[in-house]
Amino acid sequence: MTKVVVVASGKGGVGKTTTSAAIATGLALRGFKTAVIDFDVGLRNLDLIMGCERRVVYDIVNVINGDANLRQTLIKDKRTDNLYILPASQTRDKDALTMEGVGRVIEELSDMGMEYIICDSPAGIEKGALTAAYFADEAIVVTNPEVSSVRDSDRILGILASKTKRAEEGKGELPARLLLSRYSAERVEKGEMLSVEDVVEILAIPLLGVIPESEAVLNASNSGTPVTLDVDSDAGQAYLDATARFLGEELPLRFVTVTKKGFLGRLFGG
Amino acid sequence: MSIFSYLLPKKKNTAGVAKERLQIIVAHERTLRGGPDYLPQLHQELLAVVRKYVNVDADAVNVQLDHNEGIDVLEMNITLGDEATN
Repeated sequence: MTKVVVVASGKGGVGKTTTSAAIATGLALRGFKTAVIDFDVGLRNLDLIMGCERRVVYDIVNVINGDANLRQTLIKDKRTDNLYILPASQTRDKDALTMEGVGRVIEELSDMGMEYIICDSPAGIEKGALTAAYFADEAIVVTNPEVSSVRDSDRILGILASKTKRAEEGKGELPARLLLSRYSAERVEKGEMLSVEDVVEILAIPLLGVIPESEAVLNASNSGTPVTLDVDSDAGQAYLDATARFLGEELPLRFVTVTKKGFLGRLFGG
Repeated sequence: MSIFSYLLPKKKNTAGVAKERLQIIVAHERTLRGGPDYLPQLHQELLAVVRKYVNVDADAVNVQLDHNEGIDVLEMNITLGDEATN
């Protein structure tokens, strides 16, 4: 049984690709055969985040057009077993990714025994984002604790509720969960940033996890390593937690409270 | 954060402002969600027609689509100010 998961946000730059790479890696580490697809036609970047940019030969549009088969095109991750990457095309023709073609690719991935297919959606609410979401069984909505990101997330939730195959077939709304990223417990405490409770209350969807604002994320993308593999980092651990919750485990939230400084630290600043 | 920061006046809680603004705009946008694509334009044109005759605010015209037991109801609410009724 294959589960198709779309990673969406509406707004750009909030961490969709980072999350797609991190969660896909987390699932593969748990032993699930996982494929992660880059749907950002023309602006391919998942390959860089996964560190396989020099191994891209064919892409999803080649598969859809029949120029290459799926086995030739899928890139097997070198660090993590069970993990496969399907790159986006760099063509400027956005119509190259047809709904029917994507349906065929997902079916074929399912036939190959993939247990999870993670669809990394492009930003926006245009055709690309709709195509990434259409075949999904569930959604991860990536949001930053900031007004425009929260508003756009609510907008994308409306689209996910009505414009997916699942909704069209009358199987009900797509289950969506919130991943709040770039969270700073310090700024929340000072009243400068929306808290996790605030965002959950506004969007009214269950919480999958909170990823702290972390140096580890840029370090990971610099080196082309999904941040989940940086197990000593706060962000890496937060993504491992989110993966566990995704699989149904109940874990307490971490990185949402300020670690108190000692007396001297408070006196002299840190 | 140092000893001096305790002496400075406390800054405004901007997160609270953000939450309040978001709750209002999100609630408003949700009323339009799932409606037909022509709804925003219908709203604009209705407002223009009303304004031809009566001076009303931009938020005086409220267009809402409700689903009720298999029936879709398009509800329009136009609030006329005091000046309009005189």
